Amino acid sequence: MSVDQATVRRIAHLARIAVKDEDVPHLQGELNAILAFVEELNSVDVSDVEPMTSVVPMQMKMRRDEVTDHAGAQAVVANAPLHEDSFFTVPKVVE
Amino acid sequence: MTALNELTLAEARDKLAAREISATELTRAHIDAIEKARALNAYIAETPDHAITMARQSDERIARGEAGPLEGLPLGVKDLYATNGAHTQACSRILEGFKPVYESTVTANLWRDGAVMLGKLNMDEFAMGSSNETSCYGPVASPWLPPGWSQEQARAAGAGDKKGLLVPGGSSGGSAAAVAAHLCLGATASDTGGSIRQPAAFTGTVGIKPTYGRCSRWGMVAFASSLDQAGPIARTVRDCAIMLRSMAGYDPKDATCVDMPTPDYEKALGASLKGRRIGIPKEYRVDGMSEEIDALWRKGIDFMRDAGAEIVDISLPHTKYALPAYYIVAPAEASSNLARYDGVRYGLREQGRDIVEMYEKTRAKGFGPEVRRRVLIGTYVLSAGYYDAYYVRAQKIRTLIRRDFETAFHAGVDAILTPATPSAAFGIGEKTSADPVEMYLNDVFTVTVNMAGLPGLAVPGGLSRDGLPLGLQLIGRPFDEETLFSAAHVIEQSAGRVQLPASWWA
Amino acid sequence: MTAAANRTKFIKGATGDWEVVIGMEIHAQVTSRSKLFSGASTAFGGDPNSHVSLVDAAMPGMLPVINEECVRQAVRTGLGLKAQINLRSVFDRKNYFYPDLPQGYQISQYKHPIVGEGEVVVDVTPTEQIRVGIERLHLEQDAGKSLHDQSPTSSFVDLNRSGVALMEIVSRPDLRSAEEARAYVTKLRTILRYLGTCDGDMEKGSLRADVNVSVRKPGAPLGTRCEIKNVNSIRFIGQAVEVEARRQIAILEDGGKIDQETRLFDPGRGETRAMRSKEEAHDYRYFPDPDLLPLEFEQTLVDELASALPELPDAKKARFMSDYGLASYDAGVLVMERDTADYFEDMVREGADAKAAANWLINEYFGRLNKAGLTIETGPVSARANSAIVQMVSGDVISGKIAKDLIEIVWEAGPQADPRKIVEERGMKQVTDTGAIEAAVDAIIAANPDKVEQAKAKPTMLGWFVGQVMKQTGGKANPQSVNELLKSKLGL
Repeated sequence: MSVDQATVRRIAHLARIAVKDEDVPHLQGELNAILAFVEELNSVDVSDVEPMTSVVPMQMKMRRDEVTDHAGAQAVVANAPLHEDSFFTVPKVVE
Repeated sequence: MTALNELTLAEARDKLAAREISATELTRAHIDAIEKARALNAYIAETPDHAITMARQSDERIARGEAGPLEGLPLGVKDLYATNGAHTQACSRILEGFKPVYESTVTANLWRDGAVMLGKLNMDEFAMGSSNETSCYGPVASPWLPPGWSQEQARAAGAGDKKGLLVPGGSSGGSAAAVAAHLCLGATASDTGGSIRQPAAFTGTVGIKPTYGRCSRWGMVAFASSLDQAGPIARTVRDCAIMLRSMAGYDPKDATCVDMPTPDYEKALGASLKGRRIGIPKEYRVDGMSEEIDALWRKGIDFMRDAGAEIVDISLPHTKYALPAYYIVAPAEASSNLARYDGVRYGLREQGRDIVEMYEKTRAKGFGPEVRRRVLIGTYVLSAGYYDAYYVRAQKIRTLIRRDFETAFHAGVDAILTPATPSAAFGIGEKTSADPVEMYLNDVFTVTVNMAGLPGLAVPGGLSRDGLPLGLQLIGRPFDEETLFSAAHVIEQSAGRVQLPASWWA
Repeated sequence: MTAAANRTKFIKGATGDWEVVIGMEIHAQVTSRSKLFSGASTAFGGDPNSHVSLVDAAMPGMLPVINEECVRQAVRTGLGLKAQINLRSVFDRKNYFYPDLPQGYQISQYKHPIVGEGEVVVDVTPTEQIRVGIERLHLEQDAGKSLHDQSPTSSFVDLNRSGVALMEIVSRPDLRSAEEARAYVTKLRTILRYLGTCDGDMEKGSLRADVNVSVRKPGAPLGTRCEIKNVNSIRFIGQAVEVEARRQIAILEDGGKIDQETRLFDPGRGETRAMRSKEEAHDYRYFPDPDLLPLEFEQTLVDELASALPELPDAKKARFMSDYGLASYDAGVLVMERDTADYFEDMVREGADAKAAANWLINEYFGRLNKAGLTIETGPVSARANSAIVQMVSGDVISGKIAKDLIEIVWEAGPQADPRKIVEERGMKQVTDTGAIEAAVDAIIAANPDKVEQAKAKPTMLGWFVGQVMKQTGGKANPQSVNELLKSKLGL
């Protein structure tokens, strides 16, 4: 499989990465090089194989229902590029 | 007398315990060495004041007889680990200015045991790379002199764009270079597809990627969650064993971290290999493998045999699919893990007319080309209509790769010996062609281990014809890092420690 | 349900009857102290970003660890919906960008939910019952909250809700009217509250519905549906269905076609409108969350939770009907809230006749509570006191009329009040002593000879005499004795 330029643009938008028009052709080339590289996998018969779901075979532990995290609003917004009071602020979103 | 920063970690530990040296003078020696070695670009954030404070506290604890296992030992920390109040950026612009209010579990374990932090180490951006050239702080130069180069030539390049100097490997290039150049006694590193073992091999150092789940991933910036694992790089097998013991351990904050006791790995050193079975997988003899890598491998086999191990030919038939499957799984997980870098809560933000434009500009500017490429590939392979063909298939192939190893281990193989890399270190700027796959091939021997979640260790096996270090890799059963330390110790004893040529950078 | 029963629910259009088809996704906040994957508090309110852990804020390197109570709550709910419990389920990441989604993905369950198929029995009216299929229930994280009206140029983001556990309960498209939709949500809410797995507080957003609405000509295949997001009251659910169905019918009758889209219900304008932010096609790129392992537990956990489950409303209603002889409607009203049902049973346990207690609650006490904006929990009269009142009426100690005065007094006096003592102290007991009543009757007859004459011609005058006697006795005379005495003395 290989991607065309429209797909490169669609994927970039899905990933929320701005791509300049002049960058599309070489991105397309690089992505296709990777896709060609992984093409080889199609030759493997995987019909009766379960996909790996956990790297280490063990049962997932659960935590008790206790309030243990009190980061505090100051710590939460400490690194924010923009905040007002203790809200994060972003360009206005229209629903 | 050896300069204090040239001691091994174990030697320094013993001298501190014997009160022959102080943690403060040991730390100062490292700080001085770091200042002189800025041409290597190994440290991207130095924390000398913090280091001295920690060292003084260590000296007090030693005086009170309360020393921890790593008391007073100065270490470097890969920029991937969150360090409370200190620079933490995974060497990405998108985390510009980020200072976490928390400490990763692995580094917290080191400080708990008395270690001293010297600063943060350079790496490939988000650990995506095999040469440390994708860092937003620029490439790291290996302390090894390029073949045929004079010290003056290297100094000039080091002061400039570093082109032609050797890469230290990646992604833990800063860790490997700093350890090799005596800028710390040991360093934390991380390994998603070979990021500990390949740089260790390139710089003549020792590195171990423990079994997936051995070390907590909490507070370590995520690249690919099902593959990432923390581990140390140090100058000797013993030093790695000492560090890993402190780094590892159950952490209830990481659901994939296993709840089992951490052995005293140092005790595994010196254990006999008599009767142990070492597997030699024929699939690792790849097309076009250089004669010197082949020779290195044969030498390693001889070391094992001479130590009394039984050499067994084994087959790991799905080996060649590991790298392509990795380049589906890792980017897929990364595309999702890196979605949180959106300019809202921390790091870089580029203004936009609306929220979508803000996201797109922020991420375009914040991520470097390799990260963008992998996020795009990952997004593509997960997208509607392609998920089954790519992601699910790759995860099935992962099952087959793990099954290959299980078959070998069930047949009685205790560890597997392979070369660590297909070549010695290459030059900075040498592999930045239009085809990203060329760089990916560096990980062809190491990536199988991540795909199967197994422990893997790289140890120097000798030098190339050009005098550059070459590494051997040992692969073990799940949670049997001890056998790897035993076997690696044998190789280290047999091959002799790789001696770094005189410094050109100081 | 029969086609005939269905026909009454059709909507009349210009071109004939239309059938509306509704399916619902209910998001119910799991009752737990801490969040699904972090140890931050789930408490409602609080200053912005004050109930947020580093995990909820998706700081680099943070990892999710699942809360066992949320898992138990989901299993309990599954059992309450008579659904299949999956001993192995998987958490997936649903990837999309939104400012109140810090991770850039929501951890949810896509292909392998914790609960599979189940069923809810819904009383639409006292005489009509429908069965609504449950397709699945899964656990997922709630998002934060974006405030768009604080500034002309920015949206404000508060992550207090980010990571709170939700159960998404997906119904089959089995509902056929706004009334059925309302009844379904009401019933589901009742079940969740019984189980204690969700407080059902819609004002606080603990229960929200995404309503899928389509219309078709009776017997035709399913039409294209629109999803109305986040409707947050039962009344609005009914209104949203109504206006959306009419909107779709108008388009179709006009020769247009329905676009499958996500819409919002605007209660102020009484209309639905397309959501702008949801315009572009979504590609959520679901894949199993590699930070988590599959969620696995033993059947013994399910059995243990099943054995500790409270009696659920359907079973309770059936028992109230069979054990207490209550009518279906009365039993249904009483079991709507667990506290109410318990209150009723407390009254019976204290000695009240069940039917009388049910009548008294439904016809007298609930009205008072409603008027005062109180609930059975917060109301001032104890079950013991109400039981005493009902018993006194049944035992002819006080009259029904006096009972109304009495509860007024007890209501004012508060939960400690003892109605029997009040009746005693204030002399409110019904007079059954015929001598005393006879004296009063004689006095009235003697004083009103003209009225006695009139009564002979017009027997309905009896009421006037009864009133006079009751007045004279301060309402305490047994009305039946008064009646009988008057009839015989007046010769009626």
